[in-house]
Amino acid sequence: MNAPAKQLDADTREISYSEAIREAMGLALERDERVVLMGEDIGVYGGAFQVTGDLVERFGTDRVMDTPISELGGAGVAVGAALTGLRPIFEFQFSDFAALAMEQIVNQAAKMRYMLGGEASVPVVFRMPAGSGTGAAAQHSQSFEAWFGHVPGLKVVQPSTPEDAKGLLLAALEDPDPVVMFEHKLLYKMKGHVPEGWYTTPIGKAAIRRDGKDVTIVASAIMVHRALAAAEKLAEEGIEAEVIDLRSVRPIDRDTIIGSVRKTGKLLCVYEGVRTLGVGAEISAMIAESEAFDYLDAPIQRLGGAEAPIPYNPDLEKAAVPQTPDIEVAARRLARREV
Amino acid sequence: MTDDNRPFAIRNYDPARLRDALRKMYLIRFFEEGAEDSYMRGLIHGTMHLSIGQEASAVASCMGLTDEDKITSTHRGHGHCIAKGAEVRRMFAEFFGKEEGYCHGRGGSMHIADVTRGNLGANGIVGGGLPIAVGAGLTAKRLNTGAVAICFFGDGANNEGAFHEALNMAAIWKLPVVFICENNKYGMSTSTERSTAVKNIAERAVAYAMPGHTVDGNDFSAVAETVEAAIARARAGEGPSLIENLTYRWRGHSKSDRNRYRTKQEIDEWMARDPIQRFRAELIEHGVLDESEAEKVIAEARQEVEAGIEFAKSGTAPRISDLAKYVYAEENA
Repeated sequence: MNAPAKQLDADTREISYSEAIREAMGLALERDERVVLMGEDIGVYGGAFQVTGDLVERFGTDRVMDTPISELGGAGVAVGAALTGLRPIFEFQFSDFAALAMEQIVNQAAKMRYMLGGEASVPVVFRMPAGSGTGAAAQHSQSFEAWFGHVPGLKVVQPSTPEDAKGLLLAALEDPDPVVMFEHKLLYKMKGHVPEGWYTTPIGKAAIRRDGKDVTIVASAIMVHRALAAAEKLAEEGIEAEVIDLRSVRPIDRDTIIGSVRKTGKLLCVYEGVRTLGVGAEISAMIAESEAFDYLDAPIQRLGGAEAPIPYNPDLEKAAVPQTPDIEVAARRLARREV
Repeated sequence: MTDDNRPFAIRNYDPARLRDALRKMYLIRFFEEGAEDSYMRGLIHGTMHLSIGQEASAVASCMGLTDEDKITSTHRGHGHCIAKGAEVRRMFAEFFGKEEGYCHGRGGSMHIADVTRGNLGANGIVGGGLPIAVGAGLTAKRLNTGAVAICFFGDGANNEGAFHEALNMAAIWKLPVVFICENNKYGMSTSTERSTAVKNIAERAVAYAMPGHTVDGNDFSAVAETVEAAIARARAGEGPSLIENLTYRWRGHSKSDRNRYRTKQEIDEWMARDPIQRFRAELIEHGVLDESEAEKVIAEARQEVEAGIEFAKSGTAPRISDLAKYVYAEENA
């Protein structure tokens, strides 16, 4: 934190996931007068996770707006502003609180273009700090991406790296339709290479983070990093896992996943949301229905969140979502066709 | 101040505008009767919520608006749509589910909108439009457009959390929004006496430090005067107002209503206070038009409605293959 600023060239510059998001918002505020940030305590407080940070000092309270604690109304104001010409980025303090605003996101934002026969556009971005691992228990730790992914009219993204966090946020901002971005809280401090300036990461495109021939692991958000760590372990045993970073829950990148499963013949889905009816359930069904089915030589496997709220006790909390050893064990058994 | 004791509308609008306001009120009445009749004949499916008896509230509230100003409307929104300038033939086409409709047949009665004229749409969710109107006010203020947003909602919506959140935000940010509660006494079957702790919904304005006014919603002049003042206040940057137009829907809540929660006597009493007849009598009394001119306005409105129904009947059905069109911008083409 207090280290002297280093001069880094553009190819090696590393900043954190939260800094990358802030940089994207700063660029957007600079470039487009219509962009406004809205949310609870995003001004002088800097946001509950310090993502907006000093943006209020740079752009003022008219552009970086603290809202009252009014999730439904706040989200609705963002929807109405987007419908009439602004480009709002609305931060939920925790994605769990979006439950208070489902009406505006699901019934209004997602359906407005369709209900009005293409005569309206709602270019709003909802930012959602999500996930467990912070000891915040059942109402501050959930992973709702499948909820929103179930709604036609929304796009849902889940960046796992600082580079994608910036690129997907700028892509969301350029998108004429509502985009929900899930930001995993444990990733906020993660550092990584982030290009300077304005760039976008395409919504709907997965990324292959590691090539492998033996088993395909499709993971999202923090699970990508756990899957990569598990893959390193497995490599020591000669098992080569291919790790796909989903990046976008809606739309899902069918081609990349199907192509990988055709190559490896084995699929493990790893996601933090509740396992039943989750993102991995959709991917499993998608593969079962696709041409990749004929290439499967073991049953599809899923690792997801427990069928329980996120508990407070740290050991229980860890046990509630997939961890690196869980992925390692599941992928090994799958690779060895022990399932 | 003048010693002119004539009603506000007569004093403030020229005869052409007054005549047009009367025409719009008849248009709303005949449109809804036509829609109801088409529904009975099986030409329109689904359901609809008729505002017959509430026409003054819709038309008078929109007198001070331009196409740049926005409105948000409700499930009982046909009147607002016409008041804001929509063409009835495209409204009928929408009700008939045709491509020529305002929403290309995807929205129907409950989502009818006319964005080019600033009507951001009816809404199927009670209270759904309240925060959206505040958002429209935020855009107007941020981009300095000088526009205002009028937010229509019913007495039912005043007990939704969205009402509280929306009015509070409009007030703290001094946004150019006029909240117009059309209090027709019943949220579906539940009377305001049973659902609402205050006697007059406008009393709730106190909680948001904004002016609140309860008005006879069937009195065109009273509504126009109150709303025009609130619009002027909003345009001057002085913030939002809450206006309660007391009115009554002659028909039931929707097509499933058997009217078991109110008496025939009550309905008859309100029908005797027909806002259209009152406004028409006012215009004749003050010499804006005579009986034969009023009959001409009626004939014009009837003719427009009949032509609208014919237009809708001959409209184009959407292709089944276009089911997912308009979900995302990419699929608009």
